[in-house]
Amino acid sequence: MAEWVEVCDEDEIDVEDVIRFDEGDRSFAVYRTDKGDYHATDGFCTHGKFHLSEGLVMGKQIECPKHNGRFDIPSGAAVRVPACIDLQTYPVKVEGGMVYIQI
Amino acid sequence: MAIVVQRRDYSLLGAESKRAEEKGLASGEWHQTPIPRKTMKELMKRKDGPAIRDTLIWFIGLIVLGTLAYMSWGTWWAVPAFFLYGIFYATPGDSRWHECGHGTAFKTQWMNDVVYHFACFVILRSATPWRWSHSRHHTDTIIVGRDPEIITARPPVWKILWMQIIHLYGGPIEIKRFILHTFGKLEDQEKEYIPASEHYKVFREARIYMLIFLAVIAACMFTGSILPAMFIILPTFYGFLLVLTFGVTQHLGLYEDVLDHRLNTRTFYTNPIFRFLYWNMNYHTEHHMFPMVPFHALPKLHEEMKHDCPAARPSLGAALKEVIGALRKQKNDPSYVVVKPLPETAIPYRFGPNESNQLRSEA
Ligand code: FES
Repeated sequence: MAEWVEVCDEDEIDVEDVIRFDEGDRSFAVYRTDKGDYHATDGFCTHGKFHLSEGLVMGKQIECPKHNGRFDIPSGAAVRVPACIDLQTYPVKVEGGMVYIQI
Repeated sequence: MAIVVQRRDYSLLGAESKRAEEKGLASGEWHQTPIPRKTMKELMKRKDGPAIRDTLIWFIGLIVLGTLAYMSWGTWWAVPAFFLYGIFYATPGDSRWHECGHGTAFKTQWMNDVVYHFACFVILRSATPWRWSHSRHHTDTIIVGRDPEIITARPPVWKILWMQIIHLYGGPIEIKRFILHTFGKLEDQEKEYIPASEHYKVFREARIYMLIFLAVIAACMFTGSILPAMFIILPTFYGFLLVLTFGVTQHLGLYEDVLDHRLNTRTFYTNPIFRFLYWNMNYHTEHHMFPMVPFHALPKLHEEMKHDCPAARPSLGAALKEVIGALRKQKNDPSYVVVKPLPETAIPYRFGPNESNQLRSEA
């Protein structure tokens, strides 16, 4: 059964930014898009071994730092090669000023 | 007694590819200069303005030089006029192909795509295959058996370099590939780095290129002159000189098989005209370490990371001198490489997956 895990204070993630969040041996990327809403995906790019938290959030897309592949953050869809495989996304909620993801 | 030098296998299908994987060099973790996230975010910011300005200059320059070249046809003035037109056609063609391929030149994605496809045709590089080959080049920069964009083996093959002055080595290879792609086929090596889901794009693009080729040939036959081809297709060959000149400075004479761009990639300073033509790719170590940073921010990135890098070569001439000197030495000693000392403030060179050598220099 998936559980909600606390990530950080809501203002620890800037608008149009991403942070890395590790839980056990899993790694996630937690984002805030240009609209200010929060999302989470797997942390590593599906093309290579690079962590997306090093990348650039543009609007509601994340660009991978290694080969400039891009993903749509809310859906995880790969939208620019060399990224071709979609990212897994995770539900996010903000409660009492804290960000939680369900993993 | 002549020295017999064993050449390594640079193909992506040979034993070296396996060897690189076994040694942990394939898809390895590369040295990165630590730069604060806030600074990095500023540097990565995309803009349309600089690339729109430079693209307009490029197109206007082509029209002006093209008009002069046209007017001079049939006189000796045509030689310098077409030479300048060719340089202005091929050099930005190469650098715009590169930057727009990374998708960083413009903020607006369709602009990157339009200029990418235009520049690809100009420099005769199939758009999709080169996107993938370049992605591999960034994953495995100058790793023998993994990087498809190594200009020449060690020891150097001088014939390739001489032929490339007018693109007579790479050009025919590309044309041969277009023909293969037009008929729905790929080289075995290309299958190594282009995923099957992208093959249809390769074939479609090659067919479009072929139609343009045929149209230009038809125009030449119709007019009974090579003049149409002098403006499209042939400038890639007769205007290739600066593409080669810039290209050889990027990695030649430096290390193979290391996981540190400071060891296998060269940065040099140059004048604003060359920086315009080359779109700041003279900051090549910076570009390889942080491919997310657009061309217009590379000088600033250079300032941010120079405490961690060997000194930039002071000019294009100095970089070329270093390359040619190293290639000459590699003729008899393929293991020879140029290594510049690192400043005191730098993190030591990273030679391999488990080799963060404490030495700051070897030169
Ligand atoms: S590792 Fe992300 S695009 Fe290649």
